[in-house]
Amino acid sequence: MTALYLILFLLGAGLVACLAERLHENAPRWISLLAFVVATIWTAGIWLGGVDPSTGFYAAGELSWIPALGINVILKVDGLSLMLIGLTTLLGVIAVVSSWSEINENRGFFQFNILWVMSGVVGVFCSYDLFLFFFFWEVMLIPMYFLIAIWGHEDRSYASMKFFLFTQVSGLLMLVAIIALVWLNYENTGVLTFSYEELLNVELSDTIASLLMLGFFIAFITKLPSVPVHTWLPDAHTQAPTAGSVILAGILLKTGGYGLIRFTVPLFEEASRDFAFVAMLLGVISILYGGYMAYSQSDFKRLVAYSSIAHMGFILVGVYAFNELGMQGAIVTMIAHGFSTAALFMMAGSLQERLHTREMTQMGGLWVKAPRMGAMTMFFVIASVGMPGLGNFIGEFLVLIGAFKVNVPLTVLATIGIVVAAVYGLSLMQRSFQGTPNPQVTAMQDFGFREMSVFAIMIIALVWIGVYPQPLLDLAQPTLDALGVAL
Amino acid sequence: MSEVLWLVPTIPLLGSIILLCTEGRLPKLAVAVIGSGSVGLAAICALYVGTNVIGTGEWHYAETLWTWMAVGDFNPSITLYLDGLSLVMTGVITGVGFLIHLYATGYMWEEEGYSRFFAYMNLFVFAMLMLVLGDNLLTLFLGWEGVGLCSYLLIGFFHSDPANGYAARKAFVVTRVGDTLMALGLFLLFRELGTLEIQAALDSATIAWSDGSGINTAICLLLLGGAVGKSAQVPLQTWLPDAMAGPTPVSALIHAATMVTAGVYLIARMQDMFMLPGPAMHWVAFVGLVTLFISAFTALVQTDIKRILAFSTMSQIGYMFLALGVGAWSAGIFHLMTHAFFKALLFLASGSVILALHHEQDIFKMGGLWKKLKIPFASMLIGSLALAALPGTSGFFSKDAILLTAYQESSYGLLFWVGAASAAFMTSLYTTRMILITFFGEVKTEPHDHSRINMWGPLLVLCALSIGGGWLGFMVLASYMGDGGVPLEFHADAIALLTIGVPMIGILLGYLIWGNRAIPVDKLATSSVGQRLQRFFHGGWGFDWIYDRVIVNPFVRLAQVNKSDFVDLMFTSIASLTAGIHRIVTRTQTGELRWYATNMVVGLLLVVLIVIVQA
Amino acid sequence: MMPPIEHVLVLALMLFCIGAVGVLVRRNIIFILLSLEFMMNACAMVFIAAGAKWGQPDGQIMFMLILAIAASEVAVALGIVIQMARRFRTLDVDAVSELRE
Repeated sequence: MTALYLILFLLGAGLVACLAERLHENAPRWISLLAFVVATIWTAGIWLGGVDPSTGFYAAGELSWIPALGINVILKVDGLSLMLIGLTTLLGVIAVVSSWSEINENRGFFQFNILWVMSGVVGVFCSYDLFLFFFFWEVMLIPMYFLIAIWGHEDRSYASMKFFLFTQVSGLLMLVAIIALVWLNYENTGVLTFSYEELLNVELSDTIASLLMLGFFIAFITKLPSVPVHTWLPDAHTQAPTAGSVILAGILLKTGGYGLIRFTVPLFEEASRDFAFVAMLLGVISILYGGYMAYSQSDFKRLVAYSSIAHMGFILVGVYAFNELGMQGAIVTMIAHGFSTAALFMMAGSLQERLHTREMTQMGGLWVKAPRMGAMTMFFVIASVGMPGLGNFIGEFLVLIGAFKVNVPLTVLATIGIVVAAVYGLSLMQRSFQGTPNPQVTAMQDFGFREMSVFAIMIIALVWIGVYPQPLLDLAQPTLDALGVAL
Repeated sequence: MSEVLWLVPTIPLLGSIILLCTEGRLPKLAVAVIGSGSVGLAAICALYVGTNVIGTGEWHYAETLWTWMAVGDFNPSITLYLDGLSLVMTGVITGVGFLIHLYATGYMWEEEGYSRFFAYMNLFVFAMLMLVLGDNLLTLFLGWEGVGLCSYLLIGFFHSDPANGYAARKAFVVTRVGDTLMALGLFLLFRELGTLEIQAALDSATIAWSDGSGINTAICLLLLGGAVGKSAQVPLQTWLPDAMAGPTPVSALIHAATMVTAGVYLIARMQDMFMLPGPAMHWVAFVGLVTLFISAFTALVQTDIKRILAFSTMSQIGYMFLALGVGAWSAGIFHLMTHAFFKALLFLASGSVILALHHEQDIFKMGGLWKKLKIPFASMLIGSLALAALPGTSGFFSKDAILLTAYQESSYGLLFWVGAASAAFMTSLYTTRMILITFFGEVKTEPHDHSRINMWGPLLVLCALSIGGGWLGFMVLASYMGDGGVPLEFHADAIALLTIGVPMIGILLGYLIWGNRAIPVDKLATSSVGQRLQRFFHGGWGFDWIYDRVIVNPFVRLAQVNKSDFVDLMFTSIASLTAGIHRIVTRTQTGELRWYATNMVVGLLLVVLIVIVQA
Repeated sequence: MMPPIEHVLVLALMLFCIGAVGVLVRRNIIFILLSLEFMMNACAMVFIAAGAKWGQPDGQIMFMLILAIAASEVAVALGIVIQMARRFRTLDVDAVSELRE
């Protein structure tokens, strides 16, 4: 039941943080920070505790919820879940620190929302009951909506509504697919259940399987996001407060990738295999189109947002390559991208705090004024460009080498994406931190200890993943073996 | 034998990390000591390991550090591998690298970001060592991308000038095109052979494809694509001249002595696969031939001293490619080594000249410097003689070996020889032009030389190597290269004599044109055809012009057109459709009672009508 | 002696149409209410005639129901009329078309 306690802990911390604002205006952020630190340590403890041999999971538990409909609270943590939960709690710390001085109104409710999003995400990552999964899927959506709609920038209501509609409509498709799947299982076996493990073996006709698979697929690629359902992301990112962007890019997008690996592929293996080409094609289009769109942006945050779309394309390609290399690559990409992009969004937030703009035409030559910021940006741009020795490279390389075994032309196109990444990454660097110093920027405060320590965490994480990714790979391997999919 | 090979790349990496983490707070002297000292230490370690490896009598030595990653059957490890080839490379990188670092401690003394500069330089040395020491292609690729990154950082070192930033990005992106091809080569290699370990791959390739295979050729050509990008060969050569925007020691280290020769190293490393039957070798040779020819002509009309040297570098690497392509592996690596000596010397000497003239790079604004700048002049002269391959210098031995082997190539031997020899002629011509215009004639700018021993010391050492390096090459290469090295023998046939004579004719002609002005070329240069030709050569045979129009401009324009993402129209049009329908329907909500009643009655009548018609 | 049912139905239809036209063309709310009463009574008449035709009591029961509905409707409607007269000082329904987009 550890997973449930962790979720309840985060939910409870959210309530406490919300109420604590009455005591002191800074109390919420300290409570929130503390909660995430505790949760991170907790997750590490679960990891160190190892797999429980009787269940085969790091933590597993089951509670009855609505027995009449076969709905139960089934929470299980395996390697893949664990590493994503770890990413979630760690990025929670980072998100709280990154918004330390940014939020000045409704601080309690702000931390409440952050903690609730995160608990929803943790729930998503370990639900083994489709109804519960959908429940958490919604739980993480609504606080995120508030984060954008209340603390966002100038166009926040448009962006938050767009985010909400995209996720909600695609979530609805998934709900329909879930109910249909449960109903078909009921008709076949006479057992009404939402349990993931029992639904893995439902006999479906080809057409129905494809339709249901599409329901899940669309929900997940909207979250991921992939072209052509990506357009909510640039708006949402641009308008969200820094912590919102960090959470959105770092974690929420990963729920899409996680969903593909955990649900779409194992539940509908045959249908997914037949669909693999289209999915990979979408991935490749995302890589190229995302990169091309990133280059054409002049807004720092929008550029990073589009680059996320390009990176997420690799996940799609990797998952649908249907081999170990591709899947592992997709998983490593999820983790590494979580850090590299979160860092770039933090950078955008810091710049906006200092310059009150995200437009790169208003920047230029900032390195002279803030060398630490410049160096940090350079590092994370380089990481996201896919430099060997840093995390993103491992993910992308594994994805590509896996995909190459399956489909050569698509892989060639995806590899071109690496060149495009260099083009937009370096142009971001050039337009913001290099070049002639912009005379309008008179003075700019450089990073202090607080920011540097957060960035140090992310640098260490990326270098570690880049140089020795084996712990991650080992953590994910049992999950892949247990998927029941012949890789 | 104590396992210290890992120290060789680690020491520069540590130096780099120390310099980066202290954020430039260290005193300059400490930075200089750490920056150049780390490379020096690495050189000593390399020497120690090298002599040990030679001492054991086995020609190779591997040191596995850890398994990088293991997924299914893909399990590359971080392993360092030392054999004759990588030993030569390591020696060049750490040895010449140390001299250049030492020189740079003086050259960069006055500049901003002293510490950052050495941090990047040390990082570069680390990456380059990983490139040559990696025993599998993924580790090699790690170094390969790493040196590209450092090259980018160092070209754009003075980042306040947008032109430098542009040059740096161009270098990174153009080489990345090559890197992409190379990555595809790795994918294909892994798919076919199931490994990226170099020795294992070569072994299984020679067994599996002993009769030649289209796949082998494809892999070789993809690797060649990577090599072409990194080594600035046609058609990915356009970045190198612009890369001269970096500080001169950077040009010497990265864009002359080491990084740009990485392509040569790659092909030499994979030589077993290239030698399998198939057209791969001819491709290598032709790429080299075209490049050396084109860039020799271009170098002749440049006015910027560093650009002259840049085109000359491209041309010399072309020779190396030609050597590889005709199977003269040792000669190619030999030329790589001697070229590292004399081209580093030339760059550093030109750096001294540039510094003494307060960053003036146009040779037509120099002149008469030989009396004032004695050491740079002597260095430049010796370097030039080696570049022009005058007998006795190091460049002579290696270039001679290349030309003669090229002539013996069975199918295109004569073509190769004629192309290479005419380029050698051009080489001596532009070298003479550079020397005569820079150092002789009337004084146009007054130089102020205040270089100390840390600057002229490395010049002297490199001078010695440029002259005597040839003998060193015979000693080292002959015994430790796979194919037995370069034969030291004298040919007396016509071709051999002609090969020796061509550079001399070039120097003589150069003297007649720019020395005592016996041959007037001004008339030719000012005629319209001459000017057009000059522009054509000066622009590097129009490659940049074409790339700008075919690739860069369309991409940029396309990016401007679609800034607001046309895919979003799909969704915004759904939204506006809904809003439109909403507007239409709200029109019926007039609030007038009788309008509602009318609607009801009409509706009722319609229902009745339908019922009647149905019945 | 009972008239033929067709006659009654035609009469009811005529009454209903008069009422309907009245609702549509009059602007005074009092007249609209009057017209509504016309329509309801037309319906009631149909029930009566049908009940008589088949000798069933249901028709008369429905008539009572309609009377009750009409009475309660008038009570509510007159309340609205009074409010309207007070607030808008008019009995013209077109003048009070405020409930719109």
